[in-house]
Amino acid sequence: MSEDKSVKMNFEVIGEDFDRAGEASAKIKRMLQHIGIPAEIIRRIAIGTYEAEINVIIHAGGGEVEAEIFPEYTKVIISDHGPGIPDINLALQEGYSTAPDYVRQMGFGAGMGLPNMVNCSDKFDIQSTVGEGTTITMEFKHNS
Amino acid sequence: MSVTGYLHSVKINKANCRGCVACVKTCPTDAIRVRNGKAEIIENRCIDCGECIRNCIYHAAVAETDKVSGLEQYEYNVVLPAPSLYAQFPADVSTEIIWQGLHALGFDEIFDVALASEYISLEIEKIVTDPNNKRKPMISSTCPAVLRLIQVKFPELIPQIVPVLPPAEASAIYIKKQLVSKLNIPEEKIGVWFISPCPSKGTNIRQSVDVLKTEITGSFSVSEVYGKILKNLGKESALEQKVTTASSYGMGWGGYGGEIRSAGLKNAIAVHGIKDVYDVLEQISLNKMPNLDYVECSACEGGCIGGALAAENRFVAETNLKQRIVKMRTSEPATRKETLETTMVCEDFPTSSKYIKKLLPRPMMQLDDDIVEAMKKFEQMEEVLRALPGLDCGACGAPSCQCLAEDIVQGKANEIDCIFKLRSSVRKLAHGMVELSKQIPIAAENDDFDLENELTNSNAGGEEDEG
Ligand SMILES: Nc1ncnc2c1ncn2[C@@H]1O[C@H](COP(=O)(O)OP(=O)(O)OP(=O)(O)O)[C@@H](O)[C@H]1O
Ligand code: SF4
Ligand SMILES: [Mg+2]
Repeated sequence: MSEDKSVKMNFEVIGEDFDRAGEASAKIKRMLQHIGIPAEIIRRIAIGTYEAEINVIIHAGGGEVEAEIFPEYTKVIISDHGPGIPDINLALQEGYSTAPDYVRQMGFGAGMGLPNMVNCSDKFDIQSTVGEGTTITMEFKHNS
Repeated sequence: MSVTGYLHSVKINKANCRGCVACVKTCPTDAIRVRNGKAEIIENRCIDCGECIRNCIYHAAVAETDKVSGLEQYEYNVVLPAPSLYAQFPADVSTEIIWQGLHALGFDEIFDVALASEYISLEIEKIVTDPNNKRKPMISSTCPAVLRLIQVKFPELIPQIVPVLPPAEASAIYIKKQLVSKLNIPEEKIGVWFISPCPSKGTNIRQSVDVLKTEITGSFSVSEVYGKILKNLGKESALEQKVTTASSYGMGWGGYGGEIRSAGLKNAIAVHGIKDVYDVLEQISLNKMPNLDYVECSACEGGCIGGALAAENRFVAETNLKQRIVKMRTSEPATRKETLETTMVCEDFPTSSKYIKKLLPRPMMQLDDDIVEAMKKFEQMEEVLRALPGLDCGACGAPSCQCLAEDIVQGKANEIDCIFKLRSSVRKLAHGMVELSKQIPIAAENDDFDLENELTNSNAGGEEDEG
């Protein structure tokens, strides 16, 4: 059944490793280009995934990215077993950040990551439990 | 809509090519393969950046340009020298002397492209500093190789390209109009020629990605014209025209950062060299520089003075240009604004919006037009890739194992193009034959043919020579 056809890829994200930051989103971008998704959609997927990837590196000490491409949409799941987010609504606010100083010096910590993910995606879901970890699911339609 | 039937100026001279893969390895868009021992360019991937020309020690990668004899077909010929040409000469060689050299070559009139650059600079300044402009950062449009890179690899950035004319085109539009009324001859009788530092500007005249209709007749390479000027240097030539010259601001466009300085932009960066340009475009695409106003991008290290068709070494050219600018600066008014007021005196200089068109995407990564087919091919490609050694050695003629895997699923290459795959196939085959030989019935043993020995002896020589 062609409607159900999908391709899936998994990437490990290593905590506090800024050298490799963005590798997963770059690989997902390449995969989407090969499959022929429109450039503007790829850009949104790459930005959303990149922000989530960076959060996992900075705030959660590592985790995993899974991207699944369907003919109609792409689904990206970013999960970690980090500290979790105590107040999700607060974290979703523009400008809210708990990033430490050294991270802010690197240009991160503006508190724009989560709001950007919400803006870039067509569907956004965040599940987080303190002490257990965080899972973000984003969906992007291919013709919007 | 996307682009089809694409032209490019870089060609491989097969007689000179040794199939060494130097060009394959440096091509930023993976547009070259070595097949049957010779390099081949995949037409729709080439962006004419000239990296292959720079890196081919056998001079097999060349750029097609026009012949100076083409001047004969026109009644009146105008030449458009740019700062990249002046930068070939030491600062002591005045622009007047260079113009005389051009005149001696058969050009009737000269129009200084640097002057057009100043008009374009002001347009850029206006667009980029407009408080309503939300497209940040804007990306410069003057290097056609960068425009083509954006078309093929970063089409999502097309809306961020600053919509202005290439200065040489603006020059041609302006001077042609002037001459038609001044000389009273039809437009078709006027030849307008650009002296190009690179293949991409030549291609952009023959098939422009951003100009509606080119007014430039053709182009010659800087290196060709440079030699001819040198020969005539110092000879008296009867150039009577008083050429209107640009200031140091227009002159600066030949090197990196020149555009930014000329447009008076403060919140801007200059990126030069195709790899760095690729890198910065990737960052812009990830929206990592949303507070920056402008990125000046040149495919060549050093800017246009480092073009693949320049004659002089790029550092020498950079020195020449810097010193020329310092010299010009000593007799210019203090501020940029005052300086530009003294040079920008052309009436009715063309403004870009009437003459440019929107860039079209030219995606090249897609494995199949049908999305489900493309997915299947992607999976096959990943599987093929996992079985390749991952050395990116280039011996197969493709730039990387990744590219070979792509070629294989597209039916353009074979797994045993990889010499490691070939070697293990041969080994397996040989073992199989040895095993088989052991099963040959006793009666046949009388043939005095020792297969095992035969194979080990011939193995050492044959296979390696090919790669
Ligand atoms: N995966 C995560 N695990 C734990 N905490 C997280 C995670 N992702 C986000 N947070 C928390 O939510 C806050 C807001 O995240 P957001 O990405 O919006 O901003 P930021 O990462 O602090 O800054 P920016 O993304 O602008 O560089 C973070 O400061 C952090 O406290
Ligand atoms: S930087 Fe200048 S010389 Fe080099 S490719 Fe671009 S336009 Fe041509
Ligand atoms: Mg963040």
